[in-house]
Amino acid sequence: MSAAIRPGLGPRKGSNNDAHETRIAIASDLDIIRARQTGRTEAAKLGFSSTDLTLIATAISELARNIVMYAKEGEIVVRIVRCKEKQGIVVIARDHGPGIADIRLTLQDGFSTSRSLGLGLPGVRRLMDEFEIESQLGQGTVVTTKKWMAVPCL
Amino acid sequence: MEVPILRQGQYLIASIQSALTDADLSHLREALIAQVGRSRCRGVIVDVTALDVMDSFATRTLRDIAQMIRLRGAETVIVGIQPEVAFSLVRLGSNLAGVATALDLEEGLAFLDRQIKGAGGNAQSHGSRSTRKN
Repeated sequence: MSAAIRPGLGPRKGSNNDAHETRIAIASDLDIIRARQTGRTEAAKLGFSSTDLTLIATAISELARNIVMYAKEGEIVVRIVRCKEKQGIVVIARDHGPGIADIRLTLQDGFSTSRSLGLGLPGVRRLMDEFEIESQLGQGTVVTTKKWMAVPCL
Repeated sequence: MEVPILRQGQYLIASIQSALTDADLSHLREALIAQVGRSRCRGVIVDVTALDVMDSFATRTLRDIAQMIRLRGAETVIVGIQPEVAFSLVRLGSNLAGVATALDLEEGLAFLDRQIKGAGGNAQSHGSRSTRKN
């Protein structure tokens, strides 16, 4: 698991990216299921193991629920990344909700401002390989997570 | 999507058929709590074989179900957690502590039989339920 290096939304280095992107609008608990099923389907196209597919789908479920619970609506973006060095999936959860006052606090196990277990973000962090979060009070939150294929593509 | 709840002897079997929304899960909890009293059953089996994802909400709801059913005087066992789901639950740090689990429906039924026989078929003391707890 690597720490946040840079905001995940900027342009990527290199021109041989083959990125395919799917957006799922999130506004209800039905959308949570839709998002994780879409993520699973997209990740399966890359050939992730069934265990990884479950980890990815579970992470998407947590991220989408955070959106419904705290921001009411937002979107999940699932991006397939194939480049020379590696391939994997990028999951971005974006909302224009209230934002998070203390990000460090939300990444602590057991912390929650709602009735949930507070497993959300620390859990997602453990399920995925990379995890970045940007949040501004009153502006919204963007969580970017990535999972890479175990075997690099050649 | 509603989860069918079947009665078999002194047990209730809730067999989840497909992915459930949060509302579906909450509804299942209410339905089981109500039915366990109505049918005066001694045990509840929740079959999650069909669930390909169990996130923190699902596990919290299952734990709530098990605790509430116990307060109503019956035992709950969760059966059919898939290997991938088990892996993800461990990673997630999901808390199913204190909830009985079994491999499949057959094992779940055997577990409940042991629990109830062990308690002489009557009200169970806390000390009598010790096997196969997470």
